[in-house]
Amino acid sequence: MDNMKDMILKYVIEEYMEEGGDPISYDTPLISGGIVDSFSMVSLKRFLENKLKISIPDDQATPEAFDSVNKISDLVKRFVK
Amino acid sequence: MSNIGSYEVRLKDFNWSISEKELGYKPGNTLNIGWYCSDRICLQGKGDKLALLWESSTGAEKKFTYHDIRRASNSIAAFLHGLGIKPEDRVCLFMDKVPELYIGLLGILKTGAIGQHLFSAFVDESLFVRLDNAQTSAIITQKKHAPKVRKILDRLPRLKHIIIVDYDGKTPLREREVPFSLEKAVPIDHFDVYPTQAESPSLLHYTSGTTGQPKGVKHVHYSLVSQYLTSKWVLDLQEDDIYWCTADPGWVTGTSYGIVGPWSMGITQAVLDAGFSAEAWYKFIEKYRITMWYSAPTAIRSLMKAGNEVVKKYDLSSLRHLASVGEPLNPEAVIWSERIFGKAFLDTYWQTETGSIMISNYPGMKIKPGSMGKAFPGITATVLDPKTYEPYNVTGKIGLIALKPGWPSMMRTYWNNEEAYKNKFKNGWYLTGDRASIDKEGYFWFVGRDDDVINTAGHLVSPFEVESALLEHPAIAESAVVSKPDPINMEVVKAFVTLKPGFAASTDLELEIMNFIRKKLSPLAMPQEIEYVESLPKTRSGKIMRRILHAKEWGEEIGDTSALEND
Repeated sequence: MDNMKDMILKYVIEEYMEEGGDPISYDTPLISGGIVDSFSMVSLKRFLENKLKISIPDDQATPEAFDSVNKISDLVKRFVK
Repeated sequence: MSNIGSYEVRLKDFNWSISEKELGYKPGNTLNIGWYCSDRICLQGKGDKLALLWESSTGAEKKFTYHDIRRASNSIAAFLHGLGIKPEDRVCLFMDKVPELYIGLLGILKTGAIGQHLFSAFVDESLFVRLDNAQTSAIITQKKHAPKVRKILDRLPRLKHIIIVDYDGKTPLREREVPFSLEKAVPIDHFDVYPTQAESPSLLHYTSGTTGQPKGVKHVHYSLVSQYLTSKWVLDLQEDDIYWCTADPGWVTGTSYGIVGPWSMGITQAVLDAGFSAEAWYKFIEKYRITMWYSAPTAIRSLMKAGNEVVKKYDLSSLRHLASVGEPLNPEAVIWSERIFGKAFLDTYWQTETGSIMISNYPGMKIKPGSMGKAFPGITATVLDPKTYEPYNVTGKIGLIALKPGWPSMMRTYWNNEEAYKNKFKNGWYLTGDRASIDKEGYFWFVGRDDDVINTAGHLVSPFEVESALLEHPAIAESAVVSKPDPINMEVVKAFVTLKPGFAASTDLELEIMNFIRKKLSPLAMPQEIEYVESLPKTRSGKIMRRILHAKEWGEEIGDTSALEND
């Protein structure tokens, strides 16, 4: 179990998915899979920044970097002290 | 050789009858877009030609020939007919970019009903106001979007049917829900297409204005005449093309040029039902050998941001012609695309209300990067003095982009809002709400909106709608919404808010407010930034002066502040 990944996964499910949606995993494509769109990605980035007290540079907050819980986890770990 | 040949030659003696003749349409005949986009192509002997190549985000593929979409749209039409859908009833399509979203429109039109595409990211209020205004009778959707409809169902007594295209039987159907499976439906070879006329309503597309609720732009079947010829001359669609329009049919580009234009020409088009990713897009172009690509500046800038290295991984040599729409295409993007793809994206300009391309760059015409190009043959476009509403008689002055009404795809009215429709005309000109200048060679140069409407990634957002929704948040006392410059989306939504007593400004509250708007309206209406202020600039009569906040965001002169309260 990975607390960071679970925290991100829980937030994505609660905030961006409708009830009764197909289950998602750490590897489920979020952006390219249409679960989180490019506009909503900004709120997901803001959540991570608030929760982890970090700042993610805009040029690193790309659709590719946010495309799965695993990728997001890899990204934010670089900024967590 | 391009379809248009010489732009200058096409301008001479232009008449829309050129399009009518090619379509085999004679004034007074019946005209049904659903028939023209499927049955007519089959009657031309192209029934076995591919009409749609579809791929999902997981790589699932589907292929449909023109015979397939003819029969499938007949099945949908027959199903709707069986539900009691009547001519001019509004039938909404509320889905991701699945095949039913495209073929479904043809089925709706074949019954004589009016198609109403709504962007699948819409939620609660944004969905409700559009269905309520249109008095929609039926909505075709997927099980993943059905919960959004259920939430507002009690407030929509006229919505009789919720048609779910991917019902799997795992959970019971709810009130008013019925399943329909395109794959399981018996293909119907013949359906008596309703004999709509040129002026029969075909589509309702909702668009946002500065004030009031979104307005339903009413189009008619005769719009086909414009959409066919602009697809041919601007998009340059040719017999062997594999065409990709990246727009969602929830927006007008996705219907005019993602359904009607290409299919009325018998073209093969490809659809990728997935969110944006540079790798996925390039892979899609390579896999399906896309030849004509119609996209948007935001996507192009996102591709630029993804870098040039990723492009080298894919064979994009099939690309023959590129065009862009939705917002002004910056010169850097034009130059970049020419360097990377060997072809420049040609900017095209039009609106939900115009129904088809009005001003454009054309194959073979000299391109001035950053320019909108020139008016389409048959379109009289000018720039008006904003004080007199008369065309400027000198070049280079910034004024209002205006069009002389009368082209086939011009909107016929705003649904249930004739007054707003009439307000779009002055001195015999249709006012687009955009500003531009014209240079000595007749090229138009976009400057910006003439009102407060926010153009984010090519989608119009009403500041009024967002401000009203913000006031429903328990912490917010007052709100003002303006656009903010953005390197990818051109503009994004920014909100200024004052808080009620007992609430403190914080980043957590900012996120809460962002999510509140995202869930109440839509992700694109969500403020990307919220600034807490002590008070908002107002006139002495209490009206919020968005102009001052806008100028601050864009680094512009604030201008006259004599009306400002406490100034």
